[in-house]
Amino acid sequence: MDFLGLFIICVKVLVVFTGTMVTVLMMVYAERRVSAFMQGRLGPNRVGPQGLLQPIADGIKFLMKEDIIPEGVNKPIYLLAPAMLLIPALMTFAVIPFGTTITLLGREVPLQVADLNVGILYILALTSIGVYGLVLAGWASNSKYSLIGGLRSSAQLISYELAMGLSVVSIILLAGSLKLSVIVEDQQGYLLSWNVFKQPVAFLIFLVSVYAETNRLPFDLTEAEQELVGGYHTEYSSMKFAMFFTAEYANMVTAAALTVTLFFGGWDVPLLNETSIGVLGAILSVLSFVLKTAFFLFLFIWVRWTFPRFRYDQLMKLGWKVMLPLALINIFVTAGYLTLTSMR
Amino acid sequence: MATIVKSYEPTFWDKLYLPALAKGLMVTLKHFFRKKVTIQYPEEKYVPPDGYRGLHRLNKYPDGRIRCVACEMCSAACPADCIHIVPGPSPWEDGKERYPVRFDIDLLRCIFCGFCEMACPEEAIELTEIYDFSNYTRDDLLIDKEGLLGVYELTKDKNYYSRRTVGQESEALPSDKF
Repeated sequence: MDFLGLFIICVKVLVVFTGTMVTVLMMVYAERRVSAFMQGRLGPNRVGPQGLLQPIADGIKFLMKEDIIPEGVNKPIYLLAPAMLLIPALMTFAVIPFGTTITLLGREVPLQVADLNVGILYILALTSIGVYGLVLAGWASNSKYSLIGGLRSSAQLISYELAMGLSVVSIILLAGSLKLSVIVEDQQGYLLSWNVFKQPVAFLIFLVSVYAETNRLPFDLTEAEQELVGGYHTEYSSMKFAMFFTAEYANMVTAAALTVTLFFGGWDVPLLNETSIGVLGAILSVLSFVLKTAFFLFLFIWVRWTFPRFRYDQLMKLGWKVMLPLALINIFVTAGYLTLTSMR
Repeated sequence: MATIVKSYEPTFWDKLYLPALAKGLMVTLKHFFRKKVTIQYPEEKYVPPDGYRGLHRLNKYPDGRIRCVACEMCSAACPADCIHIVPGPSPWEDGKERYPVRFDIDLLRCIFCGFCEMACPEEAIELTEIYDFSNYTRDDLLIDKEGLLGVYELTKDKNYYSRRTVGQESEALPSDKF
């Protein structure tokens, strides 16, 4: 690989990384503001215009806090766990295409850090690795609340990963590829070619699983404050806690972007051929991607402040007895349809 | 007679739960756009309703003379025993014979029950709508006669809070007047 190509990739990595981190900051602000609005309050509006600098104030506060390492923790693992959660969360975004291919300095630059041919497998793998962070944090903390939180999260993530993976299989069947760029191209054209309209059942299963995967309400049993204080991060303080927090929100950003990529045409602007109008098309495609992702991020908050938490047995029942069979039936129907239509 | 209550059989549509979820989301979305109830305190002040029992005041006649005749009915009625009066002969030739030389209220003891204003035969002592008179020392929460008369000047127009909105903070707080 030549130097220019490396440089372009570095720039893309930087753009995606800062983009994700800024979105995480915006989400921290949006979470507090939107929840306040839904409860008839105003929320943080003092730091900066409309309180927009609140996440920065929060960050400074986290840095200034005392970093406590409790007695009896397994120190190496205790210190490593936040990073083990944060790094996979940030890595996942690498394979998500956020715009069309643009021509830059005489070469074709796809707006995607890495177009892996096993893109979806890569995402599923990394979300599974993220579980290690949670479980190890729970175990290393030497606290019953952390341990229960960690165990709950591992059980929850494993059971919902299945349904999520199976719902994605039907998308793979339609696109005929694990490459995310191919999946997005497959959804080009008019509005109804988006996968939500082709695979509504898969979309619903995926959406619900994503909420369980990111430990968000109504499936936030791993950090149920009322029972477990804070779940796996009970014993963490200062910047280490902030890392868990960031990881959680980074996971949400990735999950929203993935939902958009798989089911809402990615960067696709309906009824518009983005590649034919050059730079404007690229800008429009990125804008469309950002807007769709923003909607799903809002949906995360919206759902959190609307629905109560599931009980643990209800969660497991929904995962294994409803979502999994439904996903399997959906694959069966999709595959059957594709076989029948290709036989003619 | 026992009434037979037929339990509601959920239909297939109910069992999907999706319409119910959408309904719930619409409720929170509606609230998202509603008017917010927050009063942004230091800039905006809550205006208490009539009859609110806040900081005390000592009323004056239109000519500026104090209404109080130091009968000590209020301090007798006070369940918290927070009113201390030193009576003296009135300095004015006409009218009332007695007047308070000292009139001290210990706001730390006061329970704001309003018995003093009920007991007062001259309608001299009254509770006002002022609620934000906190202070940094205990001594600053002992209010004397001059302070109580000052509160009268602040509240006689009945617009203490509606007057003090954003930009009019220069006006002295009652606690500064004690």
